[in-house]
Amino acid sequence: MRDIPSSEITPEAVYLSRRAFLKSMGILTAGAGVLAACGPALVPTSTSDPSGEQPSAGATTDELGDPLNTYDEITHYNNYYEFSTDKQRVAELAEGYPTSPWEIQVGGLVHNPKTYSLDDLRKFEIEERIYRLRCVEAWSMVIPWLGFPLHKLLAEVEPKAEAKYVRFESVYDPERMPGIRQNPWYSWPYVEGLRLDEAMHELTILATGLYGKDLLPQNGAPVRLVVPWKYGFKSIKSIVKIDLVAEMPTSLWMAAAPNEYGFYANVNPEVDHPRWSQATERRIGELGRRPTLMFNGYEAEVAHLYAGMDLRVNF
Amino acid sequence: MNHAQRNRLLSAAAHIGALLPLARMLFDLVTARYGPDPIREFTLRTGRTAITLLLLSLACTPAVRLSGFKPLLRLRRPLGLYSFFYAAVHFLIFVGVDYAFDFALIRAALLEKRYALVGLTTFLVLAVLAVTSTRGWKRRLGKNWKRLHRLAYAAGVLAVVHFIWLVKPGVMRPWYYAAVLGGLLLARFPFAKQRARASGDE
Ligand code: HEM
Repeated sequence: MRDIPSSEITPEAVYLSRRAFLKSMGILTAGAGVLAACGPALVPTSTSDPSGEQPSAGATTDELGDPLNTYDEITHYNNYYEFSTDKQRVAELAEGYPTSPWEIQVGGLVHNPKTYSLDDLRKFEIEERIYRLRCVEAWSMVIPWLGFPLHKLLAEVEPKAEAKYVRFESVYDPERMPGIRQNPWYSWPYVEGLRLDEAMHELTILATGLYGKDLLPQNGAPVRLVVPWKYGFKSIKSIVKIDLVAEMPTSLWMAAAPNEYGFYANVNPEVDHPRWSQATERRIGELGRRPTLMFNGYEAEVAHLYAGMDLRVNF
Repeated sequence: MNHAQRNRLLSAAAHIGALLPLARMLFDLVTARYGPDPIREFTLRTGRTAITLLLLSLACTPAVRLSGFKPLLRLRRPLGLYSFFYAAVHFLIFVGVDYAFDFALIRAALLEKRYALVGLTTFLVLAVLAVTSTRGWKRRLGKNWKRLHRLAYAAGVLAVVHFIWLVKPGVMRPWYYAAVLGGLLLARFPFAKQRARASGDE
């Protein structure tokens, strides 16, 4: 083993949280079985403090060893066209956007339709998930989300046998969202969809916070989807409606440019977007490019969902 | 103010105006005012400055036609050269910083994506115009020089196409430039012959 220079010796706080992180991974491997030992980082929330002032996370890197992006980066570089098409203006335009009280109507092909309030959502056990977020524009971040698996909520409403897809809808508030008024040619409200098995996947979460704090409006407060193996636009923000449906929903981007945006939108370095090569990406905070990983590095967990499918056709 | 003074003032204003975006970029670079994605930030800023200066250069002739203020014609060359300069920085950021001179990746990124291919073509056209913008080349090319330098309009069109192709559908920014360029082209061509006849020079 090589000598470790003193500059590389881990400070105690980091060391402790890393231990918690490793421990939780161990628990997960034993308990859930879904996530292999090199699966995505999962940390119990006891290591972070949702009401705290300081952003804090249960680990300093993702499971591949790449550092988290800073809270400032994550909260000031946002694609949220309802506010602005300028990523760096969203934070100021979304500041103070009211996200409480809030309701999510969950219905469609379910046995138990239910309207969830924020208090109802808080009853789900919140976990920290450190995920890579890969934007279709070929940049990426590592983000410590707080949230819970979507399948837990879907289990409560009990999808009917005919339900094949899940359709999500964002809040539509042209009065408070200048981007909706400035870009009226999009088919607002923002809509996204998942196949039911994708929605039920352990990695698919509804996020309510990041870095140990509640979500800010620019990140999709109070509750958003996070699907880490798909391009960022699939991870719809500020959800007000979730419907189980029989037909594949048409997302806002599919409607805007069907040849550019498919339903699946899985991160895939081999299938280029007509505008941008997807072979590489720029990690925010780094200079230069790094190769993009198949399914954004979650291939082991999700590739089976697409067995036998031609990913060039189903892009 | 005599003519020489006025011309000097005009060209000083053009140089200062064209260098201000560079000064601002250097200041923001040094003071770290570039947001979370500096490569993209400076790529966009240099691209936007290049296309703006190109359109301003193209606007000189129609502006003279409208105002009769001929000295504006002298600004075509510096504005065009500055446009080329910002386009070169734009390209260097792409090749040297974004892709860190990884030529396999650059080849794929440049040649497989239509927006980049069009950007590269624009850049090459601007380079040819910049090199041949000197008095010596003007003499050497004689009549053909004017023909060659009509390519500035082609560069304008190509730059706008580059812009349109690189934004997501529904993003309006490039269409403002397209509208301005369309106006300039309209202002130019219907009168081209009339004017050439009337003034006999250009
Ligand atoms: C030499 C080849 C060129 C390459 C490889 C290139 C590449 C790029 C890239 C990568 C972007 C940023 C795309 C994004 O992240 O959204 C961009 C934006 C842009 N480029 Fe180029 N470009 C080239 C030449 C040019 C030239 C010659 C002009 C103008 C004269 C130009 C004008 C622009 C403009 C206006 C933008 C968009 C700025 C904005 O969105 O506000 N580019 N280009």
